[in-house]
Amino acid sequence: MTGLIPHSWLNSVGIPPWVWNPLAISLHAACEATLIVAVVGITLGYILAKGHFPGRGAIETVLSLPMALPPTVVGYYLLTRMGGPGPIRTAELHLFGHPLTFTFTGIVIAQIVESFPYCLRFSRAAISNVDPRFEQAARAMGLSRWRTALLVTLPLARRGIVAGVAMAFGRTLGDFGATMIISGSVPMATTMPIALYNAVFFGSHEQAMVLAFVQLGVAFVILFGVTRLGKVRAW
Amino acid sequence: MEQEHNLVHQLRDEHQAVTIALTVLVGLGLGYGVAHLFAGSIAYWGVVSGPFFLTLRVAIPATLIAGVSGIAAGYVLAKGQFPGRDVLETIGSLPIILPPTVIGFYLLEVLSPGTRVGGFLTRVVGHELVYNVAGCIIAATVAAFPFCMRAARSAIEGVDPMIEQAARAIGLPNWRVALLVTLPLARRGIAAGLTIGCARALGEYGATLMVGGDINGKTRTLSLAILDSFTTPEKNTMLLILVLMAVAAMTGVGLLGRSRT
Amino acid sequence: MSALDVNVTRKIGEFDLDVTFSVESGISVLFGPSGAGKSLTLALIAGLLRPDTGTILINDSVVTDCANDMYVSTQERRIGMVFQDGLLLPHRSVLDNVALAVRQTSGRQARRAVARTWLERVGAEQFADRRPGSLSGGQRQRVALARGLAGEPALVLLDEPLSALDSAVRRELRTLIREVILSSGVPAVLVTHDGEEAEELGDVVIAYNDGRVTGVRMVELPEDAAPQPESPDGGASQ
Repeated sequence: MTGLIPHSWLNSVGIPPWVWNPLAISLHAACEATLIVAVVGITLGYILAKGHFPGRGAIETVLSLPMALPPTVVGYYLLTRMGGPGPIRTAELHLFGHPLTFTFTGIVIAQIVESFPYCLRFSRAAISNVDPRFEQAARAMGLSRWRTALLVTLPLARRGIVAGVAMAFGRTLGDFGATMIISGSVPMATTMPIALYNAVFFGSHEQAMVLAFVQLGVAFVILFGVTRLGKVRAW
Repeated sequence: MEQEHNLVHQLRDEHQAVTIALTVLVGLGLGYGVAHLFAGSIAYWGVVSGPFFLTLRVAIPATLIAGVSGIAAGYVLAKGQFPGRDVLETIGSLPIILPPTVIGFYLLEVLSPGTRVGGFLTRVVGHELVYNVAGCIIAATVAAFPFCMRAARSAIEGVDPMIEQAARAIGLPNWRVALLVTLPLARRGIAAGLTIGCARALGEYGATLMVGGDINGKTRTLSLAILDSFTTPEKNTMLLILVLMAVAAMTGVGLLGRSRT
Repeated sequence: MSALDVNVTRKIGEFDLDVTFSVESGISVLFGPSGAGKSLTLALIAGLLRPDTGTILINDSVVTDCANDMYVSTQERRIGMVFQDGLLLPHRSVLDNVALAVRQTSGRQARRAVARTWLERVGAEQFADRRPGSLSGGQRQRVALARGLAGEPALVLLDEPLSALDSAVRRELRTLIREVILSSGVPAVLVTHDGEEAEELGDVVIAYNDGRVTGVRMVELPEDAAPQPESPDGGASQ
């Protein structure tokens, strides 16, 4: 992504590499992670909202654990599973050819795990709140379950779903603990939150202020959008 | 028969929030007691106990402060009719997605005795607010606050305004309506918010690291200790504790949410 | 001296209310089709809503005066209210619900004693320790009636108190309402769209249609057997 825009352009606009690099990495990882989280999260949210099988609550609880766990625990777990022996590592090597620890893909996976619960819960709540009579009317008109979901349920739940995706995106951008453990903290090749950490302890105060402010602004914009969108809460 | 059925459901629902709260408290108390009893048998208890109790010392006051202020903020947001409500809610919710390092950074700006605001606060409070337990508590409170606030607002908005009107019609002043009617009717959602706020306070890492300083014995909470003890086996015990607490928290939230439907 | 003087206007969207009437003692019924503005009037009297213009006086003291920007809060108007859905606090016992309304005595025991007396008067004393959720609709409305009167209000307002109940229960409670209110001596304003109910319960029927009062008449007791004057319901609209 850094290859898309020439560095000289950025420098002339006044965005130095120590801002642009982590920002680009953060955004890149966030987009990939959020894409996957959105697809899987909305689907699972639909299943949990509509399904009537036992253990629905338990599944949602387990999938929501990353919200309650310290990110370091999540990071540590991923590190040992992906770095050490076990079925996950085997699959990983099979799919990717190399271990994912300390790689960009590893970061994306950590962020997926951390942000997934937000999308899941918001979607499940939004879909549960759709008046079932709309769906009943659609089924009565002859729409299959599949088309009812796509043309009726999801559009009606769109505000909560979009809010959930936005929250997941924001959470992805904001992940620190899990990302740090998975990827180490190599300067100039890290995400924004880690770059800030480095700046505070090893860099200049000025740099830290800039990085912090950028992240604050981004978070504020995302959250404001979510607040406007959502009268749907996931908890 | 129908009435009896309703009564049973009523009792179960009415008391469920209280039951869960009591369970959590008893659980914490039992955990404390059991931990003492088995101190010898739990692997590496010596190393784990320090961070464990420190985490409790930090998380419990943090949850209380975040809870009370969160409920108050949630009430104001739910009932108030001033412009800029959404902006306030956004600001209050920032710690959910802000990276903990950003939170930590700004907290340091505000609390360090070296800065203007920080110096002022340090003088007012009487002792430093960074690199000690107080700093950890502040960081954990900030982490927990948004969940308490949002849950409280949502729950309070869900209370039937007509019941509140009926309470006013009997002559109850507004503050009694809030205490006797609104908050009790919103208790389930508020309890869920407290539960997840507590979980976040327990698991806070980044901001605690920056504001507390990760000083061994003084500000090294459980989630920080894991990172430090990377290659040693006692982290399994620590992990187990954290995972158990997280499971308890999310189960509690799930139960509190489910009985509504 | 009249118990209630109403002279208000209020616009809500397309709907336009403009009414003036007085209530003395006994039960006055606001009768008319749905949407005529009866419940809105009650909300204005209770202070739950503000009118656009006009005044409301309860027992000759001003509770609402738009011109002088005077407005007494709901809590301070000594009124009792009985809602269609009861609206009892679901998390408190029946006794607590009624006791909360007792403001003329202090002390928990004293208030509960007063509450118990009222529960006896409405025939609900056996439910005192139960939660409202476990009672039937009719039983709940008895408790709601007790709650409405327990505070010794200057005026009691009833908003379609029986409309949500089935007809057998409704008939049973009609007699109860009339008896309890009249024996308590509290003037009452009751809203209904049921003609039979208006005749049975009201001493005075104030006819409503489309936001206006279209007629006020005294209800003749059956023994007088006087011929019916113009019928009070805006019959055509439904």
